[in-house]
Amino acid sequence: MKKTFKLENLGCANCAAKMENAICKLEGVSNATVNFMTTKMVIEADEDKMEQIIPEAEKIVKKIEPYVVVKKA
Amino acid sequence: MKKHLIRIIISSLIYAIAFLVPSDILWLHLALFLISYIIIGGDVIARALANIKNGNVFDENFLMGIATIGAFLVGEFEEGVAVMLFYQVGELFQDYAVRQSRKSIADLMDIRPDYANVKRENELVRVDPEDVKIGDIMVIKPGEKVPLDGIVIEGNSMLNTSALTGESVPRDIEPGNDILSGCINMNGLITARVTKEFEESTVSKILDLVENASNKKSNSEKFITKFARYYTPTVVIIAVILAILPPILFKGETFSDWAYRALSFLVVSCPCALVISIPLSFFGGIGGASRKGILVKGSNYLEALAKTEIVVFDKTGTLTQGVFNVQEIKPENISKDLLLEYAAYVESFSTHPISLSLKRSYHKEIDNRRISEVMEIPGHGVTAIVDGKKVIAGNSKLMEQEGISCYQGEVIGTIVHVAVDHVYAGYIVIADEIKIDAAKAILNLKSSHIKETVMLTGDNRITAKKVADILGISKAYWELLPTDKVEKLEELLKQKTEKGKLVFVGDGLNDAPVLARADIGIAMGGLGSDAAIEAADIVIMTDEPSKIATAIKISQKTLRIANQNAIFAIGIKIGVLILSAAGYASMWAAVFADVGVTFIAILNAFRALNVKNL
Repeated sequence: MKKTFKLENLGCANCAAKMENAICKLEGVSNATVNFMTTKMVIEADEDKMEQIIPEAEKIVKKIEPYVVVKKA
Repeated sequence: MKKHLIRIIISSLIYAIAFLVPSDILWLHLALFLISYIIIGGDVIARALANIKNGNVFDENFLMGIATIGAFLVGEFEEGVAVMLFYQVGELFQDYAVRQSRKSIADLMDIRPDYANVKRENELVRVDPEDVKIGDIMVIKPGEKVPLDGIVIEGNSMLNTSALTGESVPRDIEPGNDILSGCINMNGLITARVTKEFEESTVSKILDLVENASNKKSNSEKFITKFARYYTPTVVIIAVILAILPPILFKGETFSDWAYRALSFLVVSCPCALVISIPLSFFGGIGGASRKGILVKGSNYLEALAKTEIVVFDKTGTLTQGVFNVQEIKPENISKDLLLEYAAYVESFSTHPISLSLKRSYHKEIDNRRISEVMEIPGHGVTAIVDGKKVIAGNSKLMEQEGISCYQGEVIGTIVHVAVDHVYAGYIVIADEIKIDAAKAILNLKSSHIKETVMLTGDNRITAKKVADILGISKAYWELLPTDKVEKLEELLKQKTEKGKLVFVGDGLNDAPVLARADIGIAMGGLGSDAAIEAADIVIMTDEPSKIATAIKISQKTLRIANQNAIFAIGIKIGVLILSAAGYASMWAAVFADVGVTFIAILNAFRALNVKNL
């Protein structure tokens, strides 16, 4: 299943790349993209693991750019 | 952003005052520089500290913080502040550029309808398009966007489809016509029944495609992200070595001089310019293409398209209209009208495209009472009794079987011979018409340095050759069954060079296997055809084959810009690194190599969005 989020205040392209990399490595994630231009994050993962993955992903985002606000799109 | 600007101004003022203070009052001098530095760089330092706490050491903030504080420590106060100031100005510009490009992307995506006027219990209510269901009745006023796909039940109007197709000629619509979401109603009031939910409507599908296209990364993007991952740590390690080794190894070299060089290194180590400008170029290219009614489903396809060597076309529906029409009526001993009438009657029960075209061309109603004993002979034709006479219509094989001698010449298209009571009455030629801009399409492809254009068709040799000749296509293969087409494509794939790409263009309906086998599959006439959008890598919304050359031109321009950015950014960075290691470049140059380069690269990437003259 696929979920899309909006990352407000996403400020640096390299950070977006770092987030993407780290989220891709989370268990159960089959693919993830963080698009700097559209400020959108798309996570593809197994349906039953999505619940755990979302807070993990959010943590990663916050860790790399603390000012970013993750919102459901 | 305004705050940012005010901080820059105040800080610069204090910085200027510091120069007016006589330098023998050292404490005041230093204090002013410090205040100026805190105003301008406080947030950078705060962010750097926060990130260190999170275990993120080498980010831009940290590097800038270390470099400028380092400058203070080696006694370069003015430079420490100035570099931070310069950096912030650069950030401001960069921020502006990013904002502008995000905005133009948002404008591009501004085809999403905000509301729908729906009839609920005889009242017109304005609702969110997502809350509308299939079967609901919607009303679209002049100037409004069509919110969901539907079918017109009342009202005539003209629709502007340019947001979807890039086509400026409006489309006439009347009751019974399908309308697509995202089009703009120009003059009349339309009432329509919703046929698709918002999620499934054309506008949602297109937006989804364009927004997610940049998630499929091109090779140059993958290269840059990989490069960036190694680049920063490498530069940082060299910086450390640079600060420590030379002062120890060589006599007379001061620690502060080499520390300064190392600090400049740190400033250049941020890979932002690279990481942002290349994806942005592709994003711009994809956005620009969609403005022209060309949907590219991934950056990787846009990149591949620029390396096209061979373009293979399917004939019917791609280069030709895909609609058969009567081209010639050649009667023998009867009138033209009568020949057509007999042909139309005898074929009236068939749904074959050829029969349909005869009926269309006849224009009058068919009176079923005049016809009886209809017999269809597959692969040959039809026989029937019309007005008491035995009429035979079909190809020359049928005539032979019946022992009737007929015209033996070759024609372009399909020939239908007609005999009445065993006497030859003449023939009718039916052919598919070549699209108006097909010749231009081939010509433009040649001028974009495409090595070869090929046409595949199930049609006969004469028709294939004629069409290929008229259009200037270099190779044509005829009488191919759908499976033969895949085989031919395999053969052609072997003929291109390793780096070159093969493009197949079809209508996306009957050629899905061929579309999938080609390096890049392009489907024509995608507007309103979900199958075509599904099957292809690139979808041309209109029926114009000339858009293929446009797409290739856009891809070439995009790739050129992406390459320029990569070479420019990497070149400047490495150049400044070498110069600062040798002691020729100041920290200023280093800041330019960071934010300045990013800013210029973004501006350059911006050009990809402009596809007006392609």
